[in-house]
Amino acid sequence: MFNLYNPLNREMFQIIDNNGKVINEKWMPKIENQRLLKIYKKMLFSRVADLQTVNYQRQGRIFTYPPNYGQEAISGAVGAHIRDEDWLVPAFRELGAMLAKGASLKEIFLYYMGYEEGSNFKEANNLLPVSVPIASQLLHAAGLGYAAKYRGEERVVYAFVGDGGTSEGDFHEALNFAAVWGVPVIFIIQNNQYGISTPVAMQTISDSLAIKAVAYGVKGIQVDGNDFFALYRAIEESAEACKRGEGPILIEAVTYRRGAHTTSDDPTKYRTAEEEEFWAERDPLKRLMLYLQERGEWSPEEEEKILPQYREEVDRQFIEAENFGEYPKEDIFKYLYADIPDDLVAQQREYDRFLQWKETKIKK
Amino acid sequence: MKIMNMVNAINNALDIKLAEDKNVIVYGEDVGVEGGVFRVTEGLQLKYGKERVFDSPLAESGIVGTAVGMAVAGLRPVVEMQFCGFIYPAFNQIVSHATRMRNRSRGKYGTPMVIRLPYGGGINALEHHSESMEAIFGHIPGLKVVAPSTPHDAKGMLISAIESDDTILYMEPKRIYRAIKQEVSQEKFTIPLGKANLLSQGSDVTLIAYGAMVREAQKAVVMAKEAGISVELIDLRSIYPIDKETIIKSVKKTGRVVTVSEGPRSFGLPSEIGQIVLEEAFLHLEAPPARVAGFDVIVPLPKGEHHFMQNPYKIFYQIERTVKY
Repeated sequence: MFNLYNPLNREMFQIIDNNGKVINEKWMPKIENQRLLKIYKKMLFSRVADLQTVNYQRQGRIFTYPPNYGQEAISGAVGAHIRDEDWLVPAFRELGAMLAKGASLKEIFLYYMGYEEGSNFKEANNLLPVSVPIASQLLHAAGLGYAAKYRGEERVVYAFVGDGGTSEGDFHEALNFAAVWGVPVIFIIQNNQYGISTPVAMQTISDSLAIKAVAYGVKGIQVDGNDFFALYRAIEESAEACKRGEGPILIEAVTYRRGAHTTSDDPTKYRTAEEEEFWAERDPLKRLMLYLQERGEWSPEEEEKILPQYREEVDRQFIEAENFGEYPKEDIFKYLYADIPDDLVAQQREYDRFLQWKETKIKK
Repeated sequence: MKIMNMVNAINNALDIKLAEDKNVIVYGEDVGVEGGVFRVTEGLQLKYGKERVFDSPLAESGIVGTAVGMAVAGLRPVVEMQFCGFIYPAFNQIVSHATRMRNRSRGKYGTPMVIRLPYGGGINALEHHSESMEAIFGHIPGLKVVAPSTPHDAKGMLISAIESDDTILYMEPKRIYRAIKQEVSQEKFTIPLGKANLLSQGSDVTLIAYGAMVREAQKAVVMAKEAGISVELIDLRSIYPIDKETIIKSVKKTGRVVTVSEGPRSFGLPSEIGQIVLEEAFLHLEAPPARVAGFDVIVPLPKGEHHFMQNPYKIFYQIERTVKY
């Protein structure tokens, strides 16, 4: 596959068309229908959660949030492959993959409500917290890959970045380090066409983002990021290659951020309704849904029936997060060091004295 | 005169300099088409074109490093770092080149450039969007660091910064971007960098603040007044160079000094001011120099941020302790 779809050939890897019709039978992955439906439902759930989170933000119940709308297939395909021993190194638009790794929606909500506790994933192994400074996390992925190789562990590291992130030095350093070391990392670029307002054409004049793999001497592939089967297959092949010691791999998933960059952003400033419409036709869930429907595995009626259940479940976890309670003031000091310096303990006591003083002032 | 908030005032300053000096180039992440995530550069690309106001690739080191090259070639780049927490990839270019080129080339090559940096907390933001790390930058030889507190000052100081032959880190207190409105002249005017502003006279204690903390300090001055304490308030405006003259003159009069900073307390700006006062007004002091600053912790996410942020109560607490010392 990596030979056939070498980025120098400038061909995007696709398996289904916009109507869910298989157009590339040769590479169609073998997934049992039951399992496929399960995966679809997970993607659907993540979409419901994502859209609802934007609503919570509009209601003033959380702070800034970066929507995933339109990019769910990428997280969905990674989520279908990632194992407990594998690492997930997210940027900040990988809701489905984080849920697949075992993060709870409640934890995700806590994070966006402004609790650091939301990055303490109780049930998830080998999942790093979201990384806000663009592309910086990719170097961690290379390091995680080195540790796995050094210890002879069969792990795969899944690391995410956006199209904008490919301009940062850290992106290039990470690819080069991982390549020189030959470590099992799959770098996944979610090319959603924009870094906030800046179109990908202003980030690079390369023919693709995948083509950058060539310069680093690693396998790379450009995949239709709204085509679940193509993503599934590309990730499957990449993970196998990593296990054979042929990593790292660079995957460019071509997709579209149907929502805003974050809830603070207004996309109407920099893109057109026609463009949004163009991509709506390529929506990843719609395409997979049509595939399933064609085979009698799923229907719009069944979907209508299940959506309220999902919304209720999202709400339940959201309200649980809302009832998380007080933010213990000790917590701002507690996790900074393994061995806390005396002066920091003294600063904490000083804060207590101030709060006592404030009490008396307010009473007066 | 026109009513402006700080966003309008900075935009107006950029507009004036772009109009009068062809060497001025404005760029950064999302500053062109979108006009910046805070809309500070809104409309400027339309007016001056894509060669003078533009979106760069997403790379802070790239932005500052290329600005060094432009500046050496005689342009006057004004670049934006989108948020304070994202400046660190550019740190190498600031510390290793922007601040050294003049010295390294014994004056042959200067780097007249402005790095605009929205900074500070209190806006319920995600991680890396709320820091106030001016002390780090004040510590770099070759860099000038300023932070206005009003629309008027923001305009006059930015024009001075763009006209300066040095590299200026121009810190914008984003929390008050739109919170303060005042009448600002639409004409060109400058405010010299390195000069503090005496905001109100007092006799018991000198209170020093800058950026968004000036407004908090003003509220503390009112609280102190109700408690019978007369506070002299100085808006520092320039972090480096520090206006020692204004500080010392005031402290010699009041005998006490409290400095407010949003940054972590250790090695912060209040520490520097405390030392200056000890060196130059020691015999006039009635109390040790005091500081109101953050704890030495990472700025907490929104739910915990109020424990970290400075506020009028925290300032008044130190004023009272200092006066009662």
